[in-house]
Amino acid sequence: MLSILLNSNTGWVLLSTMILGIAAGTIGCMAYWKRQNLMSDALSHAALPGVVIAFLIIGEKNLLLLIVGAAISALIGAFLIQWITTASRISEDSAMGMVLAIFYGFGIMLLTVANRSAGGNQSGLDGFIYGQAAAMVRTDVITMLLLALLVVFIVFLGFKEWKLYLFDQQFAKGIGLSIKGMNTLYTALLVTTIVVGIQAVGVILMAAMLIIPAVSARYWTQSFKVMILLSATFGGLAGAAGTLISALGSGLPTGPFIVVVGAGFFVISLVFGKEKGILINYLQFKLHQRTEQTNAQTLKQEGWEK
Amino acid sequence: MTYTVWIILTAALVGLSCGVIGVFLILRKTAMMADAISHTVLLGIVIAFIITREVSGTAMLIGGILAGVFTAFLVQWLHSLSVQHDASMGIVFTTLFAVGVILIATSAGNAHLDVKHALMGEITFIPFHTITLPFIGSIPAATALLLAVLAVVLFFIIAFYKEWKITSFDPALAASLGIPVILMHYLFMGLVSVTTVASFDAVGAIMVVAMLITPAASAYLWTDRLSLMLLLSGAFGVISAVSGYYIAAWIDTSISGSMAFATGLVFMISFIFSPKHGLIAKRVRPIETM
Repeated sequence: MLSILLNSNTGWVLLSTMILGIAAGTIGCMAYWKRQNLMSDALSHAALPGVVIAFLIIGEKNLLLLIVGAAISALIGAFLIQWITTASRISEDSAMGMVLAIFYGFGIMLLTVANRSAGGNQSGLDGFIYGQAAAMVRTDVITMLLLALLVVFIVFLGFKEWKLYLFDQQFAKGIGLSIKGMNTLYTALLVTTIVVGIQAVGVILMAAMLIIPAVSARYWTQSFKVMILLSATFGGLAGAAGTLISALGSGLPTGPFIVVVGAGFFVISLVFGKEKGILINYLQFKLHQRTEQTNAQTLKQEGWEK
Repeated sequence: MTYTVWIILTAALVGLSCGVIGVFLILRKTAMMADAISHTVLLGIVIAFIITREVSGTAMLIGGILAGVFTAFLVQWLHSLSVQHDASMGIVFTTLFAVGVILIATSAGNAHLDVKHALMGEITFIPFHTITLPFIGSIPAATALLLAVLAVVLFFIIAFYKEWKITSFDPALAASLGIPVILMHYLFMGLVSVTTVASFDAVGAIMVVAMLITPAASAYLWTDRLSLMLLLSGAFGVISAVSGYYIAAWIDTSISGSMAFATGLVFMISFIFSPKHGLIAKRVRPIETM
């Protein structure tokens, strides 16, 4: 185990997946309360054409520019979902599904063109879509680290404002907080987290990183602050543990192992969680049943019922 | 018949069956379930492959259907434990997909299966795997499978047309009329899974989502009548598939990608020009639409 960590590249990758997990866990809590869990799935697919167009324009795999392309494309996707939902009778989840599939299809079209024209360079681009944490080099990791830290920092800095924005928009408006501004900032943070994560875990699994830790954390607490802290912890641990597991053998994919570890946290929370966990619910049910029984018995003994 | 004809015919079949099934996804407001199921059938296909050790249509079909229905069941179960509906969908499908990818990497690697193939599909290879049927003769296996699936889908939709209509528009009324709403739900999820698995080889996971959701959403903008919506959606599916093929041939790119893109074009036209719910119609007579 130690030798894996000492292998410098694995150490860097571990650090980046951990920070990514922390950032995704944090933003995931907001998405959870905004009831936009699947938005992350739609936007991560919508990022694809942007990645390929950026690649076609600059002609090389520069992570920061690919991320900028991905972000623009995902934001256009977010805007379209919003527009279709408000301007027609199409519901939000249909709009998300359409944007997801059409953008992704368009991305695949462009990717095929890029593969033909760019020759040997395309392998890196494939890794970008399916996620290849192990193949990241140090400059990629540093870019990811900085962006993910920025996301966590912005959430931390405006914690009070975020809370108002999520739970009491009327009051937030009253004290002069711009809901539109907060909405824009939220979308920007969500998109940044998604596009940073695509490189590590891939387009499809990025949604898991945002959803699973937040829902798991919900089982342990009623406080938003504790939920964010827990969710970030779950995300970070899943990122680190998944990376370590995939480093144990050759050819083991990192992203899926991160997700499976995260799912493990979810199952534990679902069963043992102190808020509405299955076990607690069952025990409370049993306790309730017992008191009902004893009550009935007392009533019987005292002759109230025959 | 030439390869091109087979490819276009297969694509049109995908468009038709997905378009028809998709109508109910839109009406039941479970469009993202298409995305979830299209990812989890991968797990079913992989497990079927690991058990039978061969890339056979029947085993994969069964594996895919089981995986799809299992997904619907898990989503419903988590939701009943008070997890938000979309969150439970997100947890279930990403986790099952992750398990599928791990299984491919560890025990099914190197075979005919790889993630990229499953996600994108390769319709150009369809004409090479043929089977021989009585009366018809030699026909690509995927095309035959899609024909059978289309027959099954049409059978269930026509046979229970009234039941689908009531359960989709008013589940409470349906329950009070004694229609088995839960059973209909799982039957529907089964149909979505069958269609998805059958279309998988041709257009891949993501394009199935495009074919399932977009033509139906486009048709929803044109009409308020279920029967007409089914016809339009099927037609839009076929139009997207065929024009997608020609776009791909024209700029020499991924066929399934262009088909998804073509569904987007059909939707864009509907979104702008539909006489009932289009942008222009709304602008011209804003009071009537209120």
